[in-house]
Amino acid sequence: MQELIQQLVNGLSLGAIYALIALGYTMVYGIIKLINFAHGDVMMVGGFVGFFSVTLLGTNIAVAMLLAMAICALLGIIIEKVAYRPLRNSSRIASLITAIGVSLLLEYLTIFLIGPNQKVFPETAFTVKAYNIGGLSILNKDVFVFVSAVILMLVLQYIIKYTKTGKAMRAVSLDNEAAILMGISVDKTISMTFAIGSALAAAAGVMVGVYYSTINPLMGIVPGLKAFVAAVLGGIGIIPGAMVGGFVMGLLETMVSGYGNSLYRDAVSFGVLILILLVKPTGLFGKDTGEKV
Amino acid sequence: MQTKKIKWTRFLLETALLVVLFSLVQYGISTRMLSQYYQINLTSMCINIILAVSLNLINGFTGQLSLGHAGFMAVGAYTAVIMTTKMDYPLLAGLVGAFLAASAAGFVIGVPTLRLKGDYLAIATLALGEIIRVTLQNIDYVNGPAGISGIPKLTTWAWLYGAVVLTILVVVNLINSSYGRAIISVREDEIAAELMGINTTKYKVMAFVIGAGFAGLAGALYGHYFYIIKPETFNFMKSFDILVMVVLGGLGSTTGAVIAAIFITVLTAALQPFPEIRMILYALILIIVMIYRPQGLMGNKELSRQTLGRIWGARR
Repeated sequence: MQELIQQLVNGLSLGAIYALIALGYTMVYGIIKLINFAHGDVMMVGGFVGFFSVTLLGTNIAVAMLLAMAICALLGIIIEKVAYRPLRNSSRIASLITAIGVSLLLEYLTIFLIGPNQKVFPETAFTVKAYNIGGLSILNKDVFVFVSAVILMLVLQYIIKYTKTGKAMRAVSLDNEAAILMGISVDKTISMTFAIGSALAAAAGVMVGVYYSTINPLMGIVPGLKAFVAAVLGGIGIIPGAMVGGFVMGLLETMVSGYGNSLYRDAVSFGVLILILLVKPTGLFGKDTGEKV
Repeated sequence: MQTKKIKWTRFLLETALLVVLFSLVQYGISTRMLSQYYQINLTSMCINIILAVSLNLINGFTGQLSLGHAGFMAVGAYTAVIMTTKMDYPLLAGLVGAFLAASAAGFVIGVPTLRLKGDYLAIATLALGEIIRVTLQNIDYVNGPAGISGIPKLTTWAWLYGAVVLTILVVVNLINSSYGRAIISVREDEIAAELMGINTTKYKVMAFVIGAGFAGLAGALYGHYFYIIKPETFNFMKSFDILVMVVLGGLGSTTGAVIAAIFITVLTAALQPFPEIRMILYALILIIVMIYRPQGLMGNKELSRQTLGRIWGARR
């Protein structure tokens, strides 16, 4: 029982990271029906910005995270403007292939500029301590990841529910053309969605740096795919779904590593995806809308 | 009568061309005019052609975006290598076995996933390809992540050439048959095709199974040339590589796929010392082609004697 709770605690922080990445996937999909393959790589860029902010500028981890979020928000807007906007009216396969292209470009441009080796997140940026609470060992990095992720999610909920931008985002994802008629600038709203999604991914990137204490240019691929699974699991396009999906994936993964064979960890995540796509493609929270001819 | 005669001369001419091309390269190899370096690249080129043409059948002609082609390649490679090294079958049996095993895998994966559309299908095939890889990594019989090494080098130019010709022949004839028209109708408008009484699932699965089989064949040839196969070789980056060729050549153009496969192989060879630049170029190719020419360089046009004749005519 104790061990189970311990595994749950470990899973929560990993789940929070997946949830943050999944939010970006789901927001972008909700608004332009595009699986933004490059999202995981935006996370990676965020991790590197955080790393350089800590090592070169000597900032603390909170400032590093904010800086990463700002730069990646800008990156997200640029990616959308340059690569996705010209394709908004072409086939979805074309945009998907472009997204794969953007993903490869971010990965190998980073390798080209920084080198393929992994970088160790400096110990000084975040000193890991373990607390012992009722027989459970809780690391302060887990607490940090979990708490900051929850704060970001609350901020996101506030933006989406109570601000004008959030209202516009919901309107565009509900009905693009009606939103235009209501005087909402769709282009601006989509840019804003990419900015927010990418900022969340960047925060996740810095968290990955703290959590695994190393970062490398290809680190975005696997968490990106898993976060995508999380988004699909919760129902793609649905924001609370992505959060729940992220936590479920994180817990599942720690359970598989803890009790089963950690080599099968990735296979299990992808198995979940296949199962969801076959049984209920709209996800846990999705409504079946039927097919329009 | 007239048309039949023309067809015969065309057939003979094309066969003669194929034989001449084969003999020239074979002559070059046996007289050691083509160095080892060129032979390796020639092998990659042939394997890439098979992969691109077979993926083009799924992605281009049927319009079902599959990102799991490397997974089928892995199934074929492992099947053939196990058959030749652990069971002492000849290479031919290994190749047939690879084709059948990969087709079977394609069938098992295709039947449930091809109900999905567009991007969902892409993700599902990518995930299944990765599941195949992770599973191979965990099977001790095939040495897990280390893979199988010391595979005899059985793949010769004759096998490669034969496999390429067979792949192109099957795909081209399939597309030009009534099956092919049904397959293309699925790509053009699935609902309309269904209304016309076409069993869309059947044709999607058929294209998927044939495409997967040839990917398996390519995997088998790969394994018997490069001494070693390991699961990591067949990860989804490999699938993306093949996708780049298909997209560059044109979704739905077999000659386009062949040209792109040749071009990408040459590019890869030329940029061998700078792997990052190669990948950056790949990425730029994907983005720029999709933005400015989403149907690929050749679109769904084929390069044939007729088109060449037209270009020649226009020049004059």
